[in-house]
Amino acid sequence: MSDAILSVHNLVGGYGKMTILNGTTFAVPQATITTIIGPNGAGKSTVFKAIFGLLKLREGKISFAGRDVTNLSQRALLNAGICYVPQGRNIFPELSVRHNIELGGVAAGKDIDLPTRIEAALDLFPVLRRKSAQQASTLSGGEQKQLEIARSLLLEPKLVLIDEPSIGLSPLMVQQTFDILKSLRDRGVTILMIEQNARSALEISDFGIVLELGQTRMFDKAERILNDPRIGQLFLGGAMEESAA
Amino acid sequence: MSGLGKSLKIALGLAVIAGLIIVPMNFNRYGLFILSQWAVMTIAAMGLNLTLGYAGQVSLAQGAFVGIGAYAAAIMTTHGWPLPVAILVAIILSFAVGWVLGYPALRVQHHYLAFVTLAFSTLAFLVFRNESWLTGGIYGISNIPRPHFFGIPTNKPLPFYYVCLGSLAIVSVAVWWLIRSPWGRAFMALRENPLRAQSLGVDTRRYTLMAFAIGSALGGVAGALYAPLTQYIDPVPFNLSLSLDLLMMVIVGGAGFFLGPFLGAMIAVLLPEWLRFTEGYYLMLYAVAVMLLLIWSPTGILGILDRYLAERRTKAASALRAVAKSRLETAQ
Repeated sequence: MSDAILSVHNLVGGYGKMTILNGTTFAVPQATITTIIGPNGAGKSTVFKAIFGLLKLREGKISFAGRDVTNLSQRALLNAGICYVPQGRNIFPELSVRHNIELGGVAAGKDIDLPTRIEAALDLFPVLRRKSAQQASTLSGGEQKQLEIARSLLLEPKLVLIDEPSIGLSPLMVQQTFDILKSLRDRGVTILMIEQNARSALEISDFGIVLELGQTRMFDKAERILNDPRIGQLFLGGAMEESAA
Repeated sequence: MSGLGKSLKIALGLAVIAGLIIVPMNFNRYGLFILSQWAVMTIAAMGLNLTLGYAGQVSLAQGAFVGIGAYAAAIMTTHGWPLPVAILVAIILSFAVGWVLGYPALRVQHHYLAFVTLAFSTLAFLVFRNESWLTGGIYGISNIPRPHFFGIPTNKPLPFYYVCLGSLAIVSVAVWWLIRSPWGRAFMALRENPLRAQSLGVDTRRYTLMAFAIGSALGGVAGALYAPLTQYIDPVPFNLSLSLDLLMMVIVGGAGFFLGPFLGAMIAVLLPEWLRFTEGYYLMLYAVAVMLLLIWSPTGILGILDRYLAERRTKAASALRAVAKSRLETAQ
């Protein structure tokens, strides 16, 4: 794919002797929302860890914006323009909202004007500005997710890897979070998302990737995946037929 | 914080500093010794507070670093080197050893790490005791000189107390700056969740090692002041019980609070002295007081204050909400 900002090719890796990624290959088009779906154990979160250098790969190559970024350090990846929002609540509950956002700038180079960027992040999320002096643990679930996103934007990433953003959020909060992701996409940021809430996620996505047993079983436009009867079969626990690959 | 609250804090801080400078002028030799010891132990506890309270790395070796600093200063100053140079060497030595001791923390955590550092503490004690060619062994090192600053001798207790107090002031400013810098935030991120910290680009390996190294270096500074304070050192004061005392100072004062070590050292150094009027019972009373405090507030003395302030803020917010609600109802 010519306009792909991220390409992963033939990734093989896992935890200890257990292999989770079995030749995972896909490409993510620039300035799109691409959602990875798949059953539990398909390797969705593992592929994120591999991209973000948290999992040492046995084989494979990851290219970002035309550059080989396989197994780079997190700092180098952040500086290259990739940020990662892991699954679950990722705030630092004892620190204030502002301090949490500041932590997004740990990897920032000296040439970056962090105070201005922090103000810009707070402009984007007025609720966080209002509560900037409060302890982060006092925020609601949705506000905490906004805080994570605000923090991840501090280094002005080109690609955001976001793992299960809807987990533990009310439907209204999920909608708000998805709206934020859409506005980021409209500003040119590429979003690669993992979501169990597949239908809602694909509805706001441009592309979808179906992962099964560490292999890419399908890559297509999100609406086509959404309307594919085989997807229901996959999520009901059965494996996809070979022809679907 | 309101302007008034900030002014009050500054005024209170200035009053305490003025008190620490002026009040001891009337103290006797013993009183000045105890107060100097408080300043020195506060520095060591501040180091442990960085390692444990801010970065979340358990260490039972801070007493050993006080020993390393004390022996470095004692050996150098008895050979004619000036104390500031000895302090610098103590910092470098403790920093380097602390960095190496940090490596186990990359693999083990919590009580396992505590045991690794405990083993180091024992090792350091054995070196102080057995390597008599360097340390004087069980006979220790005596006649440790006190320095001259700008031609002023500090042999007498009061001038040397000011040396200790001045050193505490410098260390306090440095630590205050550190915990408010991105470094301090990274330490706290490391304490709260290493994976989250890593996902933000915090080099957890480097920061873990730095947490140990900086904390240990402050232990070294304390030791380098302890040697001229007592003017005689042997291995006994630097055994495991000093590490446990320092740990208690941090926990009792409030781990992860800037002022925690000041209060903790005050409890550990001054409270036993204040309880001396009870004669044979003073250490028992001291032990009971510490136990009761920790049962009441496991987060230490400053934890009580923190809880009180949080409750007050919650009440104020509830009151504001109630006022807003009643206004809305009136408007409807």
